[in-house]
Amino acid sequence: MTYTAQKPPLARSSEELRAEIPGWGVDLDPANRPAFPQERFDPGATGAHWDFPERQSSNGYRERSIEHEFLTPVFGTSVPLRGVSGAIRRLAYERFSEARAAHWLLLLAGDRVDAAESHLRSFATTRPDNPFTETGLRSEISHHGIASRRGRIDVRHQWMDPILVGGPWVLAGVAVVKIARRLARRGAHTPGA
Amino acid sequence: MLAMVYRGPYKVRVEEKDIPTVEHPNDAIVRVTLAAICGSDLHLYHGMMPDTRVGHTFGHEFIGVVEQVGSSVQNLKAGDRVMVPFNVYCGSCYFCARGLYSNCHNVNPNATAVGGIYGYSHTCGGYDGGQAEFVRVPFADVGPSVIPEWLDDEDALLCTDALATGYFGAQLGDIVEGDTVAVFGAGPVGLFAAKSAWFMGAGRVIVIDHLDYRLEKAREFAHAETFNFGKHKDIVLEMKRATGYLGADVVIDAVGAEADGNLLQHVTSAKLKLQGGSPVALNWAIDSVRKGGTISVMGAYGPMFSAVKFGDAMNKGLTLNMNQCPVKRQWPRLFEHIRDGHLKPNDIVTHRIPLEHVDEGYHMFSAKLDNMIKPVIVPTAS
Repeated sequence: MTYTAQKPPLARSSEELRAEIPGWGVDLDPANRPAFPQERFDPGATGAHWDFPERQSSNGYRERSIEHEFLTPVFGTSVPLRGVSGAIRRLAYERFSEARAAHWLLLLAGDRVDAAESHLRSFATTRPDNPFTETGLRSEISHHGIASRRGRIDVRHQWMDPILVGGPWVLAGVAVVKIARRLARRGAHTPGA
Repeated sequence: MLAMVYRGPYKVRVEEKDIPTVEHPNDAIVRVTLAAICGSDLHLYHGMMPDTRVGHTFGHEFIGVVEQVGSSVQNLKAGDRVMVPFNVYCGSCYFCARGLYSNCHNVNPNATAVGGIYGYSHTCGGYDGGQAEFVRVPFADVGPSVIPEWLDDEDALLCTDALATGYFGAQLGDIVEGDTVAVFGAGPVGLFAAKSAWFMGAGRVIVIDHLDYRLEKAREFAHAETFNFGKHKDIVLEMKRATGYLGADVVIDAVGAEADGNLLQHVTSAKLKLQGGSPVALNWAIDSVRKGGTISVMGAYGPMFSAVKFGDAMNKGLTLNMNQCPVKRQWPRLFEHIRDGHLKPNDIVTHRIPLEHVDEGYHMFSAKLDNMIKPVIVPTAS
């Protein structure tokens, strides 16, 4: 009982659980639990054969958190900073520590600008972005899109996803049409046109 | 080579990219034979993780064959079949020396609050991931291990994150014999956490989710009692009723940043990115656990703030244990569990998807189509 000293009884005893559940209790002893305790000093256990790793060469600028004393000896080299989004991200890293909301909000802003820049850039390539194929929408037909959602509570917000994904494309399309019309009108009113 | 590439929120495609090269003497280049999409990849896919760049290749769960090694690599050679933990770590910094491999200080210049993770944005170091035909693996003498002969590829793949993280999550609960353990989330990590709770002597395991097909799996795979929170007005109240109004001794949050169950929390985090994550599951955990109980968190959250009910946690005298899993520490014991037949990791794999169809794989996993629990990606070159 919760309101007295004893814990409410369990439906099955340890002996019954051991008989019914494969592996029940084999890690009862914390000594069998590899993450216990989480922090355990054992520098020889990792396979590292260095005190401090040799440094990876950095060709050019590599952004880093200002909470680091120096560039870490090893780092990822996927997608270096570029364009306006790169400038925003660089500002986030150079100006604000990880403790500041501005750091993360600027990085998120950089992500949105990066997506817009990359979509635009893709139109100058042989493989422009295609929001229909890249969103995997075909699987809605091939893998029971409607039946899969029946009775689920997340349908309350899933309707927002197409708006979030398609909205910017629709707005960009409207903007392009409007600008094109305005330019056409201006061309029609130009003397001598 | 072919690689999955991020093209902006909710958009991915397969592109031709350069094969990675050795950039450090302790690097290895691995030809990927199997990869997986993790639930936490969806945070990237949905644009929630700051500094996720267009052109980045995701994938922190993968196995493969060593193609090439750097000049200082001693423990691996070309042709070795290897499993790679999702942590990138040096093995020698203050944190690695203490077993905190997921908190390595020498591999992530972009942030000090998180270690290095393959294919998990520049916030986690800017390493391309394994949803590709080839991947660069730093510190080849530290992270990867040769896969034991007897271990299936898919079982090895699941040891690189989902199984290790679920097992780790149960350990963070400090379970003692007879404890009632509640697990929020019946995804792969939650299923493995529920299963592992029995190993540590739980007297009762309860799994909570809103997807009936996953709860069915929790009953069958993890021998758990289940609750569909979508069918109860107040799941915390149900947990209190189910435990004689005491609360669970241990609650495990295996959901993380995109928890459902509160529209405002979900929309402000997953859709509007105004929080580091929707703390619905964490708040339910705080309210469902008994006073003096323990909460284990290994569901992933972003680095921004979240609206967590911290006052309740303090007033109830709770212990909150959490971390990204130091994967390789779990392997020796997990291998024993698999060999002894205590669990078969790939029982949870529901879909096997060619890399060329990764766009559909992401959409299906995100929208939870076709009763998907765990999708495995099969690269062409494998």
